[in-house]
Amino acid sequence: MNTRWVGMVLGGLFGAVIIAGLYFPILKQRVKQTAKIQPQSEEQARRELTQSLTPTPTEARVKAKLFWTSNAHDGSLAPVNIDLPLSNEPALRAKQVLNTLLAGPADPELRTLPPDAVLLAFYLLPDGTGIADFSEAMASSIPSGIESEQRAVDSLTRTLAANVPQVVRLKILIHGQEVETLAGHLDLTGAFVVSPRAAQATIAPQPDALTSPAI
Amino acid sequence: MHNRLRYAFFAFFLLFATILTVSGQSSAQAPAQNLPISVAPQNATPQTLPPAYADSPQPRTGLNIVVLDPAHGGTDTGARGTGGIRESEIVLQFAQQVRQALEAQGFQVIQTRMANENPSFDDRSAMANAQVGAVFVSLHVSSTGLPGTARVYVNSDLPGSSGGREAGGLIPWDRAQGPFLALSHKLGDFVQGNLAARFKGSPGSAQAAAIRQLRTTAAPAIAVEVSSVSVNDRLDLDRMAPAVADAIARGVTDFRPSYVVAGVPGGLR
Repeated sequence: MNTRWVGMVLGGLFGAVIIAGLYFPILKQRVKQTAKIQPQSEEQARRELTQSLTPTPTEARVKAKLFWTSNAHDGSLAPVNIDLPLSNEPALRAKQVLNTLLAGPADPELRTLPPDAVLLAFYLLPDGTGIADFSEAMASSIPSGIESEQRAVDSLTRTLAANVPQVVRLKILIHGQEVETLAGHLDLTGAFVVSPRAAQATIAPQPDALTSPAI
Repeated sequence: MHNRLRYAFFAFFLLFATILTVSGQSSAQAPAQNLPISVAPQNATPQTLPPAYADSPQPRTGLNIVVLDPAHGGTDTGARGTGGIRESEIVLQFAQQVRQALEAQGFQVIQTRMANENPSFDDRSAMANAQVGAVFVSLHVSSTGLPGTARVYVNSDLPGSSGGREAGGLIPWDRAQGPFLALSHKLGDFVQGNLAARFKGSPGSAQAAAIRQLRTTAAPAIAVEVSSVSVNDRLDLDRMAPAVADAIARGVTDFRPSYVVAGVPGGLR
């Protein structure tokens, strides 16, 4: 009886090994296919989200005011007026001006943001909080330091304040995630004040707002 | 026979558990002995907070301790110059000179790191928050800025900076700097004034920036940033160190009479 049971168990195990051996290559192929598809799906989803922000034919050319490093080389920012076709829709308008800011001024020495950084998405919440999601290069390529990191944030907040009055605060994400600092110094856990007056009026919903001192 | 074996196992288990408990307690106490604290000879008064202290009718200056923070460290090198200069290494060298200058002025100095290690932001803040009558000075070297200049930063406004504490008088940990901002500005201006006198092109007063390290620090807190790792010769930075150290020590000394601790640690006057 015992010998018979042992035989049955061994037989069962042998069968399981054969089935697993046959199924394993199929499973491996499926995992490979899924791994290939995954990043494409994320990118597609991101594109779908941003597709709604495509320019509309009703955009008017306006003088946008963008803030880059001043020629004085004292670390301050200076406004530059540029003719841009800007949407009336606040989130799209914000995205347009920030993309122009990222593209940089004529003199690359006066850039405030890394040339390889990309604005992945921009959302505007009903309370006036703008959420800008940048690629990893925003954190990894920016010169590390309090001065350079604060100047980068100031250029973002001042440019938004000058062109998109609906944005009251700015929350910066890096590749969809909240990070502790931009490049080791500047605090990104809160939201930066873009419009101090509007932020005062709606101070309750956003208790973690940090003041951007250059405004 | 089996029973004897069980008793023997049980006795070994008890012995093992006792050894583990005792060694755990002793290792938990060990770091306190290794804390990088130096006591200046002229200022050996221990820092304690007796109950009567809070109710003392006589305002008193409480500044005796400087928590010196060489930023970054470990795998976090901070700013890096094209010539291979690393912020984490330079600030550690600067810290040695700043420490000596502060001790010469009679301050007790606590350093957040003594070697190439990287305590968390909160761990560094906690070293200052555990003291009474301390200021916090974080040392940095930038990637940008006019070489040979130095800037002092204080944290930008935080909710609670108007002295706001939550019910029960508690200061929220993540906004601990809020009630100290006015004092931080004052300290920053003193240090910046001394730096401007030594380094031409430096600003005349402290600037505000949203610095993560300062946000959780419950003490007057500043960050001093020297320009920059982009210099061609490291000696250019080394030569700045004595004057930076002197400016910080004099700035903190100038600030000393302003730091009146009354009611609660860091109370504003």
